Amino acid sequence: MNYRWDWSVLIREPYIDWLWSGLLLTLAISILSWAVALTIGIVVGVARSAPSRVARLLAGIYIDVFRSVPPLVQLFLWYFVLPEIVPDGVGLWLKRDLPYPEIVTAVVAIGLFAGARVAEQVRAGIEAVGAPLLPAALATGLRPLQAFRLIALPLGLRAIVGPLTSEFLITIKLSSLSLTIGVLELTAQSRHVENYTFQGFEAFTFATVGYLVIGLCATGLMRLIDGRIGGASLRKATT
Amino acid sequence: MIVLDDVHKSYGPQHILRGCSAEIRLGEVVVVCGPSGSGKSTLIKCINGLVPFERGTITVDGVSVSSPKTDLPALRSRIGMVFQSFELYPHMTALQNVSLAQIHVLRRSQKEADERSAKILTRVGLGDKLGQRPSQLSGGQQQRVSIARALAMNPQAMLFDEPTSALDPEMINEVLEVMQELALEGMTMIVVTHEMGFAQRVADRVLFMDRGEIVEDTPKEQFFTAPASERARQFLKQVLTH
Repeated sequence: MNYRWDWSVLIREPYIDWLWSGLLLTLAISILSWAVALTIGIVVGVARSAPSRVARLLAGIYIDVFRSVPPLVQLFLWYFVLPEIVPDGVGLWLKRDLPYPEIVTAVVAIGLFAGARVAEQVRAGIEAVGAPLLPAALATGLRPLQAFRLIALPLGLRAIVGPLTSEFLITIKLSSLSLTIGVLELTAQSRHVENYTFQGFEAFTFATVGYLVIGLCATGLMRLIDGRIGGASLRKATT
Repeated sequence: MIVLDDVHKSYGPQHILRGCSAEIRLGEVVVVCGPSGSGKSTLIKCINGLVPFERGTITVDGVSVSSPKTDLPALRSRIGMVFQSFELYPHMTALQNVSLAQIHVLRRSQKEADERSAKILTRVGLGDKLGQRPSQLSGGQQQRVSIARALAMNPQAMLFDEPTSALDPEMINEVLEVMQELALEGMTMIVVTHEMGFAQRVADRVLFMDRGEIVEDTPKEQFFTAPASERARQFLKQVLTH
């Protein structure tokens, strides 16, 4: 192989600044879109398991639509198509006045996609672990909403911390899609460095390690939460 | 106190209850027995409205269970229920399990509820297990927590749905003893069980069910010495010989 390794690009100005800012932006998009995904996922997942037929139907439509369309297509729809099909005033605002439009769009698009996946996990957790205890809760005189809020939901969420960790990791990796609408996150900045220095291997090694560290931190964080709320011991008890 | 009148229930084409009528008076202990699939569990779940039924009426203290005007949660809070598989909340301690409905249904303060829970758990012999989660307790202990959870609501009657069927043999007695004590204190109880020894010691009356019907409703002495129906005789022969 005729490649001339030069690791110094990783500590040279301005490349180190590019990579570092990309890493921070990836981190920010990941955390924000995960917050969106969790919020939507819990609300929609609860609606999906609600007694109301209308709520279940609407939640089902949301999940089916957002889970089935490729996230990259969704990103393009939100970024390029939405501003053209809304009323002119809104479209203009989206294109001109919305601060950091590509970052906001990326967060929303990725959050909505991941939210649909989280919602299915939430529903599954409630159905498998929470709902079977509803008769016992109702028998003590709790009202249906109380029984859901106090028993089915907390149990359902505890049961799915494992799968949610995977969803968190997927969300982090999806943040790299945002380079297609011009967000200079970690992957984009690595390519940027490659284009300027021809040291692509070093740049992408930095990106790889960056994603790895973020992913491992996310995994550790979820494990910590799982331990706090007693998820692991709960799963051991039910098997 | 609890009156069932011509109760019918089907799951699709399957007729589970076919016109069940019975009356349970205050302070009575009634054992419901019969072969599996005879509708015993369904019948007692109809009493607190956990299972809706199509025809007939059930009233508890004059309040109809199936009337849409009835405040079902309030009615349920006056009837304790113990399930076959305990159904404790696995993410809570024994104490929290017993306190939850007191706080959210009876509006007792946390402190008041916990004090009462501790007292009742001590009474069922679990005073040293307040902070344990269900997974750290044996089956017999879990079932006693479940009884305590029902008792904490000061129920007027208690329903037991095969409370010892999921237990290892050596744990059955600790649960039956608690139940027997309750009966002696005058609690109105309906107990679905295969424990004929318990029925002989504690029951006032035995309801024998078969294929969705209450075939016999007799005082226990008569049920065990001279059952009226052939089906009950067959059943007794099978459960008493082993």
